[in-house]
Amino acid sequence: MTELGIPIPHAPGFIANKTPRIVTSRFDYEDSFTIERYEETGGYQGLRTALSKTPEAVHGEVRDASLLGRGGAGFPAGVKWGFCPPGVWPRYLVVNGDESEPGTYKDRLLMELDPHQLIEGCLIACYAIGLSQCFLYVRGEMAVAQERIAQALNEAYAAGYIGKNILGTELSVDIVLHWGAGAYVVGEETALIESLEGNRGMPRLKPPYFPASIGLYGQPTIVNNVETLSNLPWILSNGSEAFKAIGTETSPGTRMVAVSGHVKRPGVYEIVNGTTTFRDLIYGETMCGGIRNDAALKAFVPGGGSAPWFTADQLDLPFEASQVGPEGSMLGSGAIMVMDETTDIPAAALTLTKFYAHESCGKCVPCREGGTWLEQIMRRVVNGSGTKRDLDLLIEVGETICPGDFPHASNKEKGLSAVPFPYKMTTICFVGPSAFAPVHSALTLFREEFEAKVAGNSDRNYVEVTINA
Amino acid sequence: MTFFTEENLELAHEIIGRYPKQRSAMIPLLHLAQEQSGWVTEEAMKQIGVLVGTSSAEVLGTCSFYEMFKRHEVGKYVVNICTTMSCALLGAEELLEHAETRLGIKAGSTTSDGLFTLEGAECQAACTEAPCLQVNYRHQYRVTPSDFDQLIDELADPNNEETPRHGVLAQIRQHIPVERSVGAVHPDLVNVPPVWIEEKKEANS
Ligand SMILES: Cc1cc2nc3c(=O)[nH]c(=O)nc-3n(C[C@H](O)[C@H](O)[C@H](O)COP(=O)(O)O)c2cc1C
Ligand code: SF4
Ligand code: FES
Repeated sequence: MTELGIPIPHAPGFIANKTPRIVTSRFDYEDSFTIERYEETGGYQGLRTALSKTPEAVHGEVRDASLLGRGGAGFPAGVKWGFCPPGVWPRYLVVNGDESEPGTYKDRLLMELDPHQLIEGCLIACYAIGLSQCFLYVRGEMAVAQERIAQALNEAYAAGYIGKNILGTELSVDIVLHWGAGAYVVGEETALIESLEGNRGMPRLKPPYFPASIGLYGQPTIVNNVETLSNLPWILSNGSEAFKAIGTETSPGTRMVAVSGHVKRPGVYEIVNGTTTFRDLIYGETMCGGIRNDAALKAFVPGGGSAPWFTADQLDLPFEASQVGPEGSMLGSGAIMVMDETTDIPAAALTLTKFYAHESCGKCVPCREGGTWLEQIMRRVVNGSGTKRDLDLLIEVGETICPGDFPHASNKEKGLSAVPFPYKMTTICFVGPSAFAPVHSALTLFREEFEAKVAGNSDRNYVEVTINA
Repeated sequence: MTFFTEENLELAHEIIGRYPKQRSAMIPLLHLAQEQSGWVTEEAMKQIGVLVGTSSAEVLGTCSFYEMFKRHEVGKYVVNICTTMSCALLGAEELLEHAETRLGIKAGSTTSDGLFTLEGAECQAACTEAPCLQVNYRHQYRVTPSDFDQLIDELADPNNEETPRHGVLAQIRQHIPVERSVGAVHPDLVNVPPVWIEEKKEANS
């Protein structure tokens, strides 16, 4: 076994630590992705256990485990599975392997290093709720993950784990590998389904298009994240009680998180859910070991590029949605991006805003136009040609996307109290608000940096337009 | 009218057969077309339309939504440098500038020898290994300017075989053995629960 706190060379970014290892247990092995290694290390035992029970019992086990979705929204998988309307068949499984939220790096590792674990998870889900066909949607820009999964699927078919009469039972299901072609918004579950139907990947309106009731080809469809499904073999092999013994009651098990930016040891860690704090993660000796050059922490993004930012004030919050939400942000996709005191905050915020502006699918006007304008204004502020009026304009544009108080973190020094998650929005999906989140966070927490950039520039060329209601 | 080679046409039919509705094969077939010719040609889109039962305009509609599909010729190697936050915090802009100087082109264009297309790109799910880049969608981690120069030298070597040319993604394909295949489950042809669900219910009652 690898020493604790040491990066594993063949697993770029992954750092082993003391945490119980549920989904990363095979990452130490160089051949972790082969069927031989998988079978030698308890692989496909969870499926065997599942097949020895009734489908309802398997569903019950997953529900009891309170396994929260790891794709961003954190909804309990067992509960979501229960939303398929009775009597409507067939049902499908769509695996969300589109990982592309800024800062997020975990699903790709799971697909590259332990594809059989994911496949086994898919089979367990199909058995539990009667899903007749599974589509494994991998992000287009992940050539190696696609290769590893293709290889694993071929091996698993040959060994009788997938296809007709799996392991000699009644369970018969095909898993089809499918990959995308470069569009962030396709990670949103209804857009994922549109894309899988051969269309432009634009989100559908929810309601009525909740995938569990009206999904792929209009049929009940379960969309689950790669990490969520990768937990299932362990839960079936070890039981929901063992799973719940790790972490907290409301956030059991472990989570994979990626910590990037200005830390001493950026990496992907498997951490105990619910109890691990951001401080443990950023400053812990077996984790990131503190800020580079022992500099001060300026801010961090706690849950992927869409999440409002935190500062040192929130370091002691644990990985627990019920505590992070009221503080004005979300755990999202387990992506923590750390900025030290040398960071040019407006410039950092711009890198995210330009991402979301670029990735708008164009279906909603506030996102398509607002995102573009936020980017334009941010660009001129960052390059020094903005004006003081631009700072108000940023908020005005943002409020067309998310009317009312946008969430932000508390900051005692600045007299800010937290505006909690979630917020109102005028758009179909989260891409629009996500373009505003970094701008809003940066502007409320570090307004003086924006003011310094626009200082001395006159508010020329402004025409006030008043619209009478 | 025929764009796909015989071999790829066979593959195309195999792919289409996996989906309940043939239109779902659109993106996989666009990838196959791009693999065959390095970019997606009009002839390719026409034939894909015929294969999945729709017009070439519909194929273009889907194709044009996705960044990876190139509708004009690109370099043998497409070099994407990530410029999203984690990479930007650790020098992505500087790396991109260096790349522009080294290759003598602006991001978004192709070198005159047709070897390299350079692009400023978005988060590549390697954020802890910043700054990073991809060559034909294969990662390079923690890239310094001198790493970049070395990489370009290696790729420019005509004997380089490590990185396949643009258009080739996974070099291992999924093949579902006929004797093991359940087949696509069509929503209009199936309206009963799968047998393992039915069976258990009967056993319970
Ligand atoms: C704009 C947007 C992008 C998303 N991208 C992803 C993604 O790349 N991967 C993912 O698993 N979920 C993503 N999600 C969340 C999915 O919509 C969905 O909630 C998730 O896949 C459900 O799986 P889970 O319940 O197992 O977490 C995204 C959501 C939004 C709004
Ligand atoms: S919010 Fe933006 S990305 Fe989402 S559906 Fe609307 S336009 Fe498309
Ligand atoms: S920000 Fe560059 S890989 Fe994620």
